[in-house]
Amino acid sequence: MTEGKVVKGIKFEAFRDAGDPVELAEIYDKQGADELVFLDITATVDNRPILLDVVKRTAVKVTIPFSVGGGVRSVDDMRQILINGADKVSVNTGSVRNPELIKKCANTFGSQCVVLSLDAKKVRPKIWNVFIDGGRTDAGLNAIEWAKEAVRIGCGEILLTSIDQDGTKTGFDVELTKIISEAVSVPVIASGGGGKLSDFYDIFSKGKADAALAASLFHFNELTVLQIKDYLEKKGIEVRNET
Amino acid sequence: MIAVVDYGIGNIGSVANTINKLGFKFRITGDPEIIGKSKIIILPGVGSAAAGMANLKKLNLAETITDQLRNRKPFLGICLGMQLLFDYSEEGKVECLGFIKGKVLKFKKMKKVPHIGWNRVSFKSNGFKYSQGFKANSYFYFVNSYYCEPADKSIVAGTTDYGESFASVIIRNNLLATQFHPEKSGITGLYLLNNFFKHYL
Repeated sequence: MTEGKVVKGIKFEAFRDAGDPVELAEIYDKQGADELVFLDITATVDNRPILLDVVKRTAVKVTIPFSVGGGVRSVDDMRQILINGADKVSVNTGSVRNPELIKKCANTFGSQCVVLSLDAKKVRPKIWNVFIDGGRTDAGLNAIEWAKEAVRIGCGEILLTSIDQDGTKTGFDVELTKIISEAVSVPVIASGGGGKLSDFYDIFSKGKADAALAASLFHFNELTVLQIKDYLEKKGIEVRNET
Repeated sequence: MIAVVDYGIGNIGSVANTINKLGFKFRITGDPEIIGKSKIIILPGVGSAAAGMANLKKLNLAETITDQLRNRKPFLGICLGMQLLFDYSEEGKVECLGFIKGKVLKFKKMKKVPHIGWNRVSFKSNGFKYSQGFKANSYFYFVNSYYCEPADKSIVAGTTDYGESFASVIIRNNLLATQFHPEKSGITGLYLLNNFFKHYL
């Protein structure tokens, strides 16, 4: 999301407009999505707070867990987002610059509210670094080490986005997801690269993801939540499929 | 009127949004008098048992809630609001309200704790009272590191597996308590809440 609209890019660039966030949220809830994730992707680099009004208007509509992130730098930022109806808040750049943020937020609201949003990019074979500022800056941190540290200090979930795969629709980063999911004791949501049905099977079976996130596939009507769930169910992956 | 107990903890906003969607009248309140006059009490809650109990005591709500429960006021406890009804929680080793005999224990068999996500609830026949509109093994949304173990198994109205099988729904007289979050469980959660509210309003 940026400037109040849903956008989707490729490898964190070339964003195109995908519509009204509140409307899309309602549609995905009805389609059987298990969770909604809102990321205000330019809040940090624009140095402004997240769009609380959009958070609030969405929260009153949806009946499923609602996770929100973007530009969170303090406990109070997080409180504002929760008060406006989010169930969880993700921290990214703010927590890399100041890891205490995770600890303070977890102590105040509980680990279950604190999601680490980790944007990773491969820098050498089997080595991924953490990127911040919406993928613009290499933080010089090893992604696996940062994931473990963030869990140790209190994050309750990891939203793991592969910058290399983001928007490419050529499959999730199975290798990275598996390493991180097996290294930590909290759920890992894999994000970036989901394009065809088998990508979703691979990320659960080989990548050991606890959940998978897709954006452009749904925004541009290429696949529906239901199609993916029906497919996974047939392949023997446990999904909530009650429609 | 439904009283949603505000004790400075948890996701009261989500609970309020959901009751609004269902069209029932409610008040978010920490006032014992309003709670006493309500037709249904909801004790929501996300967070730690120790913080929850400390707040209930600080706000003089522990006694109000226990009195209302003893008088069989229709009551819905959600997540921490279920756990606090028991004698004791391992989380922070804290004495709770003691309205239900039993303990709250930490998950020990699974690697990933907290248990975050959708999981099945198998309703038993005593749970069918509120399960019209959805299947008896539907998915609900959970966020918990601890689970309740009541001494009296006959009050267990639904169970869930997460390494161990635990009581995810308890029904005793007019009390309904759920370890999951019905307010975050899509249409299935809305059915459960609507069934419970309609039963008493």
